[in-house]
Order: sequence, then structure tokens, then C-alpha cells
Amino acid sequence: MSQTIIEKLWEAHSVADLGDGSQLIYIDRVFFHERTGSIALKGLEAAGRKVRNPEQVFGCMDHIVDTIPGRTDDTMVPGGSAFITTTREAAKKAGVNLFDLGDDSQGIVHVVSPEQGIALPGVTLVCPDSHTCTQGAVGALAWGIGSTECEHAMATKTLAVRKPKIMRVSFEGQLGNGVTAKDMILHLIGRYTASGGVGYAIEFAGEAVRELPMEARFTLCNMGVEFGAWTCIIAPDETTYDYVAGRPYAPQDHLRDQALSYWKTLPSDDDAVFDKEITINCGEIVPQVTWGTSPQHETGIDSVVPDPADEPDANRRQSIERALEYMDLEPGTRLEGLTIDSAFIGSCTNSRLSDLRNAAAILKGRKVAAGVKAICVPGSGLVKKAAEAEGLDKIFTAAGFEWREPGCSMCFFAGGENLGLEQRAVSSTNRNFENRQGPRTRTHLASPATVAASAIKGCLTDVRTLEPKHG
Amino acid sequence: MDKFTQLTAIAAPLMRINIDTDAIIPSREMKRVSKEGLGEGLFAGWRYTEPGSRNENPDFILNRDPWRHAQILLSGDNFGCGSSREHAVWALAEWGIRAIITPGFGAIFYGNCVRNGILPVILPDERVQILAALVEADPDNNRIAIDLGKCNVTGPDKRTDTFDIAPADREMLMEGLDAIAVTMKRDDEILAFKARDRLKRPWIYL
Repeated sequence: MSQTIIEKLWEAHSVADLGDGSQLIYIDRVFFHERTGSIALKGLEAAGRKVRNPEQVFGCMDHIVDTIPGRTDDTMVPGGSAFITTTREAAKKAGVNLFDLGDDSQGIVHVVSPEQGIALPGVTLVCPDSHTCTQGAVGALAWGIGSTECEHAMATKTLAVRKPKIMRVSFEGQLGNGVTAKDMILHLIGRYTASGGVGYAIEFAGEAVRELPMEARFTLCNMGVEFGAWTCIIAPDETTYDYVAGRPYAPQDHLRDQALSYWKTLPSDDDAVFDKEITINCGEIVPQVTWGTSPQHETGIDSVVPDPADEPDANRRQSIERALEYMDLEPGTRLEGLTIDSAFIGSCTNSRLSDLRNAAAILKGRKVAAGVKAICVPGSGLVKKAAEAEGLDKIFTAAGFEWREPGCSMCFFAGGENLGLEQRAVSSTNRNFENRQGPRTRTHLASPATVAASAIKGCLTDVRTLEPKHG
Repeated sequence: MDKFTQLTAIAAPLMRINIDTDAIIPSREMKRVSKEGLGEGLFAGWRYTEPGSRNENPDFILNRDPWRHAQILLSGDNFGCGSSREHAVWALAEWGIRAIITPGFGAIFYGNCVRNGILPVILPDERVQILAALVEADPDNNRIAIDLGKCNVTGPDKRTDTFDIAPADREMLMEGLDAIAVTMKRDDEILAFKARDRLKRPWIYL
């Protein structure tokens, strides 16, 4: 019988049918970070339980650690150092792997895991972090869970999961100039809302997805949770196999040959049936930017702030009204040209080498506008090193960007550093929620290239109007 | 974990769509490596007048009587979307919420509720709107009754709606079960799976 990739992975990991539409699913890899994983490890310890197969459990310090150069365990987050030290001690006691401060491989969980070859095609991987769906880009079944479920996964190697419905989102056609994976996913959420994917596991497919390089695929899958999806996946192909090759935890030699022949059986069968299908014509997508406080509050950079009066649905109208009040915006205002106070490039969405290259191509030979605070936080120590090896750090700093140490940084405000009271920020991150990046901070989500262009102009900018300077 | 069987209680209407877990418990309120002490930070951005302060915003529903004593929350679609932080559920539970009724939940948040004794109830938007209007009009008398054994919700208008919940989730809530202990009863099956899988996918086993 024809199957989707999601059904194939579901079946391959099914330990037992629990008889109520759910299955006990075998979990190949568990990841954690110091914010929520520390609590899971402590919970296990308090219950006198052990981590089963600690060699397949991995942790990263990313959420609480500072990103300023010369950082230590002391953080600007109030009470933050306890998260770091507790995680380190608990990880050591449990015998699990940890990418700690001072390690070149340290960084954001969803950057580090694929970079190390821990997320692989066909694996099941969970992490107490909602953006775990990012890792589905390598053809893994990877989803976010809570701390209590993380304890369950670590103690039993399984999770009881109700089978999701399956949706295919096909991006057809070619991407236009200045349009990136970030714009694709924002466009999808804008059109089908932040709850459009609720109840579904989603396969991203289509010509435009096949042509995306691996790092852009992570960006696409990353914001699947902002679409409400349980998780997202992209079937593995040559791009995936090339990416995975030679990574520290990826199979080598004869095991790689064996894995490859298995991986090639994973893509959805031609006549597989999906519970729902959406097709997006990429020719319609222009560089996107959000104007409100939900990722569904977004539009093309060449558009205006919407008028709630035009929204027929009462719930959405009320949501637009609240958002405009929070964002201090009037209906009909052009987004292009809106003055910004800060620009942030980083996060598990957009902090990989190609993201930094895209931004640097805009920044090269230019300066950040006066008064704009601009920060770049590479996603991992290895990304940072690779960027420095090709001189990207010099381009960022010459333009007036701060060049930071890896971590989640100002993607969210944890009581320490933030983008400022009522400041307007353009950010390559994934959430524009109220108070997300600081007290009453007004976040506009966009691609790294749009963030870079906006930092230069000091206002939201259509990246297509700023050609890279050569030479 | 507190067992959930039946509840008749005051319900607070917080009728916005897409209420995210950052709003339920801001990251800055997660100050300790603990599941406790989070109730004070519940909805901090809306509940208090200034960021970081503890001055109550008198307009916020949970700061008003009798909703201060609400045990049921009514909300718009996609409640608990966003971050996986279980702190959102711990904060709601500590504050006193035992059930949430909405047209839809964030997936991770839903699972976190079940594991912490909070009943997540999905009802159609039209029905949640009617319930919200009724409890808004007379919160003391217009209480909402939930019977998890029968999987139904009865409004002040005496109308009863049934809701869907996975049998395993229902059992966990009604019995206050320890999920790890339940799963470990199948340990033989887990170990047998692993032995088979190891031959099939040796590269997985580091």
C-alpha cells in the first residue's frame, strides 16, 4: 500500500499499538537545553529514574547563556546561572552528551543537532523545545515536547503519540529575486493562519523545496510550529545525503551505504494519499514582513498595514485591532519606510552560514543607519568559525553590527538583555509575540537579507531595492 | 498529580485567538529550575500594569471578582500556541485553573495539560462564544459543569456538549497516573523492538 514518508517513519518506529489511535513510538534521539531540559533531568533524578541509553541523549547550552564575548556561567538573566550549572551537573550525573560553553560545537540545539549529524534521515528525535520541527528538514520525524514528556522519552526510549493527520504543502514554481525560505513560510502562515496546521504533520514538497539548499530547508521547517503543525518534514534527497556526509555522528563507510539504501526508501510513494493538500505558487511571493503580534500578521514588504474594518471574521478583526495598538501602527501605513530602532540576525530560524552570507552580501561596503542597534548572533561555534574564516565577521562589524557568541540571545527576553522598551525591531527570528524580545518591544519578522537592508536604511526596506556591492 | 473527574466552577472568559505560551508565562518569569513558584507570573504582561511590576491591572479578567476564583478558562482558538514551555501549564495549575475550554490548542501545550492535571476541552467556536457571553453576564451564578467520565460540558443554559479526548489521556487525568510507570509495563515490547531494530538500522545505535 502506498504511504507517505510520515506513515513510513511512524510504522518503522511503532513499538506497540495502544489501541486508542495512539502508538508507543520508539525515540532514536533526545535533545535538551538548559531552560527546559534541566527540569526534566532533575525530575528524573528526583524520581530515582535513570536515562536509558544516555549515549543517544544530547544537550546544548543555548537559551540562558549570554552571547557577549568573554561570557561565563554568570548571565544577565536573573537566576540564569542556576539553569546552566544545574544542567551541567545533571547531565554529568546522567552520563548524557553536552555541548557546553567553551566547546566549539556549542550553539542553538536546532543548529547543532544537524550540524553534528545527530539528526539524520529517518530518525525520530524529540526535544523539550517547540522548534524541534526544524530538524525535520533532513527527513527526520522530529517534534517538540514538554519537560514531563522529555522525562518519559529519556527514561523509556518511547513516547505515546496519537497519530496526526498528514498534510502536503507543495511550493511550485521559482522563487523571485530577494525571496528566501523565510518568506515562503511567512507567506504560508499569513495565508492559512497560525492555526492552519493544527492537528497535522506536514510534508513540504514541490519544485521550489527540492531546489532549496539544506540550510534554507531548516528555515522552512523551523516555523512549521508557527503554522500550528505538530511537525514538518522534507523527504531526503541528494541535497540531504551530501549535507549529512562526514558529520561526526553520521554513519560512515559500510554503515553509510546501508543507511543510504534505507533512506532512499523513505520518500512518499507517488500515489500516497494526504489528508490535506495545499499548493503555493512561489511566483506570488515577495519579501515578507510581519506587522502584528502573531506570525499570521504578515504581508509583502510592498504592502500596507491592514485595516481591521476589512476583516469579516470577528475573532481575527479583534486580533488585528489589539495587534495594531500594541505595535503602535495605523491602518494603511506603508510598511516600507517604517523607522526601526534595532536589527537582530540570529535564532534557530536564521543563524546558519548561508543566512550570514546573505546578510553580509547586503552589508558589504555599507553602514548601519545612525541610531540603529544591530546585532548578529551566529547559530553555533562552528558557524561562527566558518563565517570568520571567510571574513564575514569583518563585514558585519565594519557595517556596525555587533558580532556575538552563539546562543538563542535576543530571540526572546528572559529578564536580561533585550531590544528595549517599546523599541521597534526587525528580526530574523520566529516569534513576534507581545513582549517576546523585550518589554513592549515591537517585533517585525523578516529574512536575514531584509533585516540587513533595513538596518542600513534605518527603516523597513524592500531588499530588492538594495543591490549587493561588488568588489 | 491531582485527579480530574468532575468540576462545576466559575469560568473566566479570555476570548482572544492565538494566546501564546509567552503570554501565559513570560520567559522573564521563569526564574528558577523548578515547576513551582510560577503562579505569580501567570499572564504577567497583561495582569500587571508595568513590565516587571506586581501592580495589578484592574481591567484584566483574572484580577476581577469573582473571576479571581475561576477554575475554568474560556479562550479563543489556538490557545497555548508557541513555545513548548511546560511552565505555562504549571503556572495555570498553581494559580488554580483546572480546565480550559477553547476551539483549539497548541499541540505541545495540550499534551502538557494532560500530564499536569489540567483538562483541555475542545468545543466549537460558536459554543465557546455563547458560554463566554453567559459567564460574562453573571459569573457567580452562571457556572460551567464538566464531567470527564461522560466527556461532556454543561453550560448555564443547561445545554450539554460532548467533547473528544483520547482514552489514554482521559485515563491519565481521571486516575492521576504516572505515565512512565504505565509505559514500563510494556518494557518487554520496547526491548524486543530495540533488538529487532538494531539489526535493521545499526547506524542508529551510537
